Formats: sequence, structure tokens, C-alpha cells
Amino acid sequence: MRAVCGRLIALTLLFGLLVLGAAAARAGSFEDALAGFTTDSFSDTAEAVEAVATTGSPLAAPLLEALRESRLIFSAKDKKVFIKTRDGELLDAATTNPVSDAPPDDLETVRINNRLRNLIDAALGSLTLMAPDANRRFDAAQAVFKSRDAGSLPALDKALAAETNPRVKKAMQEARAAIVLNSSDASEADKIAAIAVARERGDQDALALLQGLPANVPMEVHKAARAASERIQNDLARWNAVQNAWYGLSLGSVLLLAAIGLAITFGVMGVINMAHGEMVMLGAYTTFVVQEVIRQNYPGLFDLSLAAAIPLAFLVSGAVGILIERTVIQFLYGRPLETLLATWGLSLILQQAVRATFGPTNKEVGNPSWMSGAFDLGGITITYNRLWIICFTLVVFAALLAMLRFTRLGLEMRAVTQNRTMAAAMGIRTARIDALTFGLGSGIAGIAGVALSQIDNVSPNLGQGYIIDSFMVVVFGGVGNLWGTLVGAFTLGIANKFLEPYAGAVLAKIAILVLIILFIQKRPRGMFALKGRAVEA
Amino acid sequence: MHKQLGAVAQRPHARRWLAAAAVSLALGFASASPATAQETIKVGILHSLSGTMAISETTLKDVMLMLIDEQNKKGGVLGKKLEAVVVDPASNWPLFAEKARELISKDKVAVVFGCWTSVSRKSVLPVFKELDSILFYPVQYEGEESERNVFYTGAAPNQQAIPAVDYLMSKDGGEVKRWVLEGTDYVYPRTTNKVLEAYLKQKGVKDEDIMINYTPFGFSDWQTEVSKIKKFGSEGKKTAVVSTINGDANVPFYKELANQGVKATDIPVVAFSVGAEELAKHDTKPLVGHLAAWNYFQSIKAPVNASFIKSWHEFIKNQKRTTNDPMEAHFIGFNMWVKAVEKAKSTDPDKVIAALPGIEAPNLTGGTSKMLANHHITKPVYIGEIRGDGQFDVVWKTKDLVPGDAWSDYLPGSKDLEADWVELKCGNYNTVTKRCGG
Repeated sequence: MRAVCGRLIALTLLFGLLVLGAAAARAGSFEDALAGFTTDSFSDTAEAVEAVATTGSPLAAPLLEALRESRLIFSAKDKKVFIKTRDGELLDAATTNPVSDAPPDDLETVRINNRLRNLIDAALGSLTLMAPDANRRFDAAQAVFKSRDAGSLPALDKALAAETNPRVKKAMQEARAAIVLNSSDASEADKIAAIAVARERGDQDALALLQGLPANVPMEVHKAARAASERIQNDLARWNAVQNAWYGLSLGSVLLLAAIGLAITFGVMGVINMAHGEMVMLGAYTTFVVQEVIRQNYPGLFDLSLAAAIPLAFLVSGAVGILIERTVIQFLYGRPLETLLATWGLSLILQQAVRATFGPTNKEVGNPSWMSGAFDLGGITITYNRLWIICFTLVVFAALLAMLRFTRLGLEMRAVTQNRTMAAAMGIRTARIDALTFGLGSGIAGIAGVALSQIDNVSPNLGQGYIIDSFMVVVFGGVGNLWGTLVGAFTLGIANKFLEPYAGAVLAKIAILVLIILFIQKRPRGMFALKGRAVEA
Repeated sequence: MHKQLGAVAQRPHARRWLAAAAVSLALGFASASPATAQETIKVGILHSLSGTMAISETTLKDVMLMLIDEQNKKGGVLGKKLEAVVVDPASNWPLFAEKARELISKDKVAVVFGCWTSVSRKSVLPVFKELDSILFYPVQYEGEESERNVFYTGAAPNQQAIPAVDYLMSKDGGEVKRWVLEGTDYVYPRTTNKVLEAYLKQKGVKDEDIMINYTPFGFSDWQTEVSKIKKFGSEGKKTAVVSTINGDANVPFYKELANQGVKATDIPVVAFSVGAEELAKHDTKPLVGHLAAWNYFQSIKAPVNASFIKSWHEFIKNQKRTTNDPMEAHFIGFNMWVKAVEKAKSTDPDKVIAALPGIEAPNLTGGTSKMLANHHITKPVYIGEIRGDGQFDVVWKTKDLVPGDAWSDYLPGSKDLEADWVELKCGNYNTVTKRCGG
């Protein structure tokens, strides 16, 4: 019994020694691999990344992550590598112990380039397949899918067997399919199964995978791949049309937003307001000022800056609009040519005033976090900023329509624009209503500026880019008709985006202009002409 | 006025006073004017200080003032002080020609440093030829030009576009096989893309692997373009975008790339007109890894660069102002002009033009650039990757300085042409027909 015990103890000790020895050997090679990071050469760093990844050391993943995030520091003199934690603490990369004594004075960040980033992603992919966090496992699977590195297959199979999260599991199966399809020694049945997985994924990457199949595959596999890629192509073509329609809606909403204020000043009041674009620009600058104030005083509320900017932009642009109406335009009613020239001059004055106040350079208006990024809906990508702008435009449109229909001011506006003398005879102060209507149109242009600041450059020239488009939409839709403006904007937006992939951005724009000119020849009053007594001859 | 003068002249005392004043004035002018003309050499600065180009060109005016100031502290040129004459052509191309004429005939400047856009350069060319003066042009351009009166210190396509493509084709650049040439619709991108397309085809890239797109100035709706790039790039071959997108259209372009999740590791974008100044104000996190090709980056470590940045910050009194490639071009061009004037011992344009080819001057990256017979200079080419802080990390550079080539070797119309103002005295000598004139 004792002898057995003794033998057992000896065995355990021996085993322990072996493990220790192996660990020491591993640690040694890990430390050796680190030397490659100290030479400031991309090819040495690349070799070091591969060497570190193959040691399988638990320290490898945090080290590579630090490298990817430019937190890996080296000293060329001492040939030592350090990791800087996200809190700025310096750790010895070989042991991950904090550095107690003073670090060397020639510290420099290990530089990386795109090739290295791809290498790191691939290496991290196979290292983090078993990470406790599901999102990291998902990223790892994606990285393996991209790298198609056959060396990751054993790790992937192990991870796949242990995986419980369905989303991560699917990504891992796709990664496995990519490796299998890319390797030459996988069995026929395996490959056909992999083709089914790729078909299930059904996106451009899967298509590329199927089309890039090695030439020497068996006939059956080849046939299956061709059938699958044809079906994916059909799906993609359908999604492509949906995507174009979405882009068209998005462009249409921007056009509508820019034109809707003009639909009131030009469409309803008949004032050719060339300074309309500058009202948009003022709204954008208001957003900039609001964001600056919030950034300096209440940085935590930055995501709400747009909500604060909307009413302010309305007030600023609206007030400037009323001022312009009272000082210039009211003397020019019924004289379109003078109005055109006077407002053109005003637009130049406003631009120069803004340039003098804020400087000629573009101002940066930040995107709140809820307006950045995108999500996939089926086969199309929807960016949040465009989605919110479409919703916002429709809300503004509905609010304006409701205002004109259900409020007293709206009623008086319609009365004055339809028959000025009769409205005056009924006791409406027409001059006041003119000013308010013009202010309303300008204020809405200001709101448009808030939205446009999210997708365009905020510069003194911002308005000039939209003035032509706005007139185009209003004239095309039918002067004096808000619904016409809505339909006009979306028609032009969608037509433009369906033409753009074939004709290119420049030709698409020209084609749209030509189409409008032809259309106006046929129907001079636009799509939805106002009928009845209101229309002046 | 006439009446009053007449009344004054009628009184004898007053007449004497008037005569005395006139004589002393005349004497004063006579003694003062030749003296000032001898004391200073006038240097014209022709950069837009208002309008759309003011963002970029105002900096160049400032850097010229700094260089002139420094030269004056060193004692000027030929024992005379330099005097800057600044005019504002207001981003208005015809006004460039007018202001150039004013500088040369009215202010009698010895040399002009100026222009940014190619169209402004084309607009002043006839003026410089007619009045026989010298223009130093500091911006990267499309090539296909060499004039006797113009010295091009910016990059020709073979000093920027072609090395950038070479880098992307190399192992470090990711061995790119498919190319998107994306540009703004005007002369510089169109000519550069023509050169690039010819070059890529010569390198064996097939037609279906090259996509060329143009967008209007100030374009902001990049959704379709970016999704086109994304689709083109996910068809199995490594893809890169070569961007000649101009000015502020770049900002929504990069924003849309980030929003649609196009990463530099998948599809890198290499830009020829984006500098640290444009990026400085934006969130550069999503742009990390995208590339720019220039002959100079602020982050380049060289003693001459460090001292240049230091004196620039002192001169402009703002520690945050960045330095850029056209500023370096003016630095090189100005020093070359000073050396040429000293060599010619005169500011006479003909003598300085003859003296300039062969002149060497230090560049800011630690090397020495040389003015060539075709009026272009030798420059190193650097590829920088955007870092998290908006500066550029140099990831690649050419081994030697690259001599600027006025006429591209890859375009059918221009490959037989040669510019040589020393031997051939011609800007477009045809080596096949052996004649000057294209």
C-alpha cells in the first residue's frame, strides 16, 4: 500500500515537473516571440504576431488586442515590450505584471498597418473562439470566416461542439464552411454541406466564396456550387432593387425637407426667395452653436443636442425670415424680378455675414450616438442617420399640414393667399399674416438645416447646394400644393437613385434635370396643379 | 478745387510757398524712389484669401510671409531685403489672371508664388508668358504641362499616384487586385485616373477589375457610391479605392464608409487630396488604416522638419496648426529661387529661369530636392496611414527621390513627349517627330 502511495506521489511529482517544464518552455518561446516587436519593422512584427499566436499562451490574446489598439509599447534599447492598459498603466508584456521601477526612456508604440491588422484579426479569431463573451466569440467566428485559415479548423470544431448561442453557432458553421470550401482535401459530402451553409448565408461574401471555388473540385460539388450561387445572385438582384428604393426614399426625404419651407414661401405666397438656402444654412449653424454650448457645459447631454437645436433653429431662421419680409420683401410683392434680385443679394449678405462670424472653414457638427452606424435588414444596409431623417421629414410634413388645416393661423394664411382683398375685408391683418407665413417657411428651412448638418458639411455655402434642388422639387410637384411637393421630392429621389448605379452620379443628375424640363414643357404647372379661382392667370 | 488753387496762386506769397513745396516734394520723391527700389526685392503672393479655396490657400500665404521674414533676418538676398506683395484673387479664376498682371506690371515683383487649383494655374499662364515672369506652383497636379515661366514644386502623377498604386500592389499594401478609381468630376481627377488606368492595364489588371466613378463637386449623398464600392470589393479579390475626391466632399464620403462598416482592413482608401488639416476636426476612429499619399507628412521625423514646425508655430502663434505638403513645396521652391538669384547675381527673370535647373535645396523630410530641366523637382513619396488622433503614420516610402515627369509615360498622347528647358529649350518636344510643339 505504502509502496503504491509512494509510487503515486512520485508519479504526481513527475507529472507536475513535466507540466512545469512544458509551461516554462512555452513561456520561453512566448518571450522569444516578443523580440520581434522591438525592431520597428512591419515584417518582423508580422512574424512575431504569428509566433505569439502559435505559442497558445493565455497571454497571447490580450497582447494581440493591445497591439491592435496601439497599446503595445516597446523599448528598442532594452529589447522589452510593454502593454499599456486602457487606464494607462504599464504592464510587462512577458508576465503581465505591472512595471514597478521606472520604465526605459525610449518607449515607442509598435506600429501596425492594414496587413498586420488582418493578421492580428485572423490570429485573434482562432484564439478567442472559446471566449466567455458571446459577442467576442461571434467576432472571432467572423474573423475566421474572413481568413479561411485551415489551421483554425481544429479550434473551430472544438468551439462549435461547445457552442450554445444560436447566433454564434451559425457564424461558426459559416466559418467552417468557408474553410472547407477553400481547402483542397475536404471530402465531397463535407463540401456539399458547406455549400448549403453558404447558400443559407446568401450574401455577397457567400457568393464570392462559391464563385472562388478551386477548379479541381468534383463534378457534383461544382454543380451544387453553381446552383447555389445562381440562387444567391437572384436574391441579391432583388435586394439590390429594394436597396435602391431605400436610397431613393432617403434622398427624397432630404429633398423634401429642403423644399418644404420653399413650398410655403414660393408655393403658397408666390415669393421667389433665393435666400431660402441661407435659412437652411442658419439652421445648421444654430445646431453647431448649440452643440458647442452643450459640449462645453453639459457634455453628458450631447445626445440630446439635436432636440434642443430644432426649436432654436426654427426660431432663429424664422426670426430672420420675418425680418427680411418686413424690411425688404413686403415692398416687392407682385414684382417677381425685383424680389429675385433682392433675395439673391440677401443670400450673399447672409453668407458673408456667417463667414465673417464663424470663419470660412467648415464647422464640425457631431452625430449623436443614436445616429451613427447601420443595421442589416435582410439583404440591405440601413444607416441610422438616414432612417431618422426620413422619419423626421415625415413628422415635419405632417405637422405643417395639420397646422395649415386645423389652426386659426393656418386658416388665415390660406385665406390671405387665396384672396387677399376678400381676406382683408373680413378683418384679417394681411400684412401680419404675410410676415408670419414667410417666417414659418423660413423657420421650417431652419429645421431642415438641423437635419442636413448631420449628413452634409456645415459651411457658409451649405444653402447653395440645395436651392436649385428645392425649386426643382416645388416646380415639379406643382406650385402651391404641399402634397405635390411630397410626391415630387420622393419621385425625383427614387428616379435619381435608380439611375445612379447605371449612369453615375453626374449623368444621373443631368438626366433628372432634362426629364424635368421635358415634363414642365408638357405640364407647365407641375404634377399636381392647383385648380380653381385661387390660381392667378 | 481748380478755382481754389487759382485763387491761391494769385497771391504772391502763397505762390512762392507753393513752388517751394512742389520742389521739395519732387526732390523728396526723386531721392526716395530709387533708394527703395534698390533696397527691396518684391515677391508676389497670389493665393486666395476669400472664397471656397481660402481654407487651403490662406495657410500658403502665411508660410510665404514666414519664409520671407526668415530670409530677411538672414540678411535678404543679394544684400537687399525682400518685400512681400500679397493680393487676393478670391477663388475667382479670371481674377487670378488680373491679379497676376497687377503683380508683375504694377508692383514689378521679381517672382510670384501662388495658385492652388489647376484651373487657376491655367488662367495665369498666358500672363506669365506675355510679361515674362516666374511662377512657383506648389500643389500636386495632373501633369501634362511644362512651361518656361512656371516651376512645379508639387508632385506630378508619377510622384504620388503611381507609387501609391505600387504600394497597394505590394505585399505590405495587401496585394490589391481590383481597383476603384473614385474622383470629383474635373480635370485633375480625370487626367490622373486616365494615367492610372493605363498604368494598371500595363500591369496586367483586367478591364472588369477597374471601376471608375465620378461625382460632382460638394457631393454629399454617398449611399449609392459606397454600396457600389462595397459590392465591387466583396467579389472575392482584394480591392482598394484610389480617391481623387476633392475638398469637403471627402467628409461625408468617409462618414458614409464608416456608417456602412467598410473598414480599411477590407477595402483601404488611398487619397491624394486629404491632409491632416481636413481630418483634424473629425472623429477619425472609424477612418484608422485608410491611406494618403504625399511627399511630406507632419509626423515625419527629421531635424529640419522639427525646426520648421517650431518656427511655423511661433510665426502663426498657434501650437495646433498643422503643416502640409504644399507648404513644404513652397519651402523648397522659395529656397531654390533664393539660390538661383544668388547664382545669377540678378533677379532678372530670364537669368533666374536659366539658373534654376540644377539648383538643389533641402526638403523637410531630410533629403535634398533638385530642380530638373523640365521645371519639376525630385521628391520622395510617402504613404501614410490615418492614426486614431488624425495624424498620419508613415508606413512606406520610396527608396530614392523620384524625379517629376511632366508628360506621363502611360498615356498614348504624351509618352513620346519630353520637356527640357536646358538642352532642347522646349516644353513638349516630340521624340518621334523630333520637333518641338507636341
